[in-house]
Amino acid sequence: MIVRLLGEGQWRVDDAVAARLEELDEEVAKAVEANDEAALWQGLQTLADTVRSNGERLADDDLSPSDAIIPPEDLSLEEAHELLSGEGLIPDRERA
Amino acid sequence: MPGLMGRFTLILKSKFSKALDRAENPSETLDYSYEEQRRQLQNVKRGIADVTTAKKRLELQYTSMQQQVDKLDGQARQALGAGREDLAREALTRKTAVQSQLDGIMQQGQQLEAQQQKLIEGERTLQAKVEAFRTQKEVIKAQYSAAEAQVRIGEAATGIGEQMADVGLAIERAKDKTESMQARANAIDELTTSGALEDYTSSGDDIDRQLAQISQSSDVDDQLAKMKAEIGQGEAPKELAGGEDPKP
Repeated sequence: MIVRLLGEGQWRVDDAVAARLEELDEEVAKAVEANDEAALWQGLQTLADTVRSNGERLADDDLSPSDAIIPPEDLSLEEAHELLSGEGLIPDRERA
Repeated sequence: MPGLMGRFTLILKSKFSKALDRAENPSETLDYSYEEQRRQLQNVKRGIADVTTAKKRLELQYTSMQQQVDKLDGQARQALGAGREDLAREALTRKTAVQSQLDGIMQQGQQLEAQQQKLIEGERTLQAKVEAFRTQKEVIKAQYSAAEAQVRIGEAATGIGEQMADVGLAIERAKDKTESMQARANAIDELTTSGALEDYTSSGDDIDRQLAQISQSSDVDDQLAKMKAEIGQGEAPKELAGGEDPKP
């Protein structure tokens, strides 16, 4: 599957890595529920590192859509809560 | 619970699929989006430059505080030499206070520096992505006209929508971060220029005048002693007048 790290680029990862990402993602969600910002950052960094070190980098001008997009590593707890509550990170004033 | 990555993916995807779908003229939307990316990236660059300026000001502050520390240290020595232990103690107390403020500010300055380095690297990555987007949008525009407007061109359109959302959001966050760093640098700067960090050597209070007096009088005494030695008078040097209350 193709994974995007926000603001950085896209990687192609195999199924084993994809499964690992799912597990890590659950841990990240738990960190948010526990209001543990340090664990949140740690989790996001592990997610990103797992992609970087196990994936195959796609060219910047590749236009393949991603199957998963990993939030930025320095996402704040507040932003994470907004994400999970469905408010979303991106304001609707996004360019039309 | 879909997890954070799952939610993030869903939200981003719904945003960017809308972005092009609802566009009357996808080519225009892409051009506009590119111009917007470039404009925002310029803002980020300007922001980084401002932080650099703020940091320079901080460095000047470090230097002047370091000078205060040195000066107070020198005054303490002179006071001690003049038998004024009370004044020496006061000077050392002030020196310690300035030194600890200096240490605190330096530490904050170093953190600022580390954050700024990260921001500069991020800005370079974004610059590359904005440039890549310029090429991509031309490819898509060509496909749109070939397939006639409003005809879905499948994956590539989703792909470019995703790039748009990605670059847009990344730039927005870089801008926010730059702004908060500017605010932080300015706050430290203000702290050092306002009363919060008092300039202990130029406050002009009584103790300060006494310390200055000691400094001046020992200076004069030094010169006097030197002169005496030069003209060969063997008088005992350094009978300091430090014990008297100096009148300004």
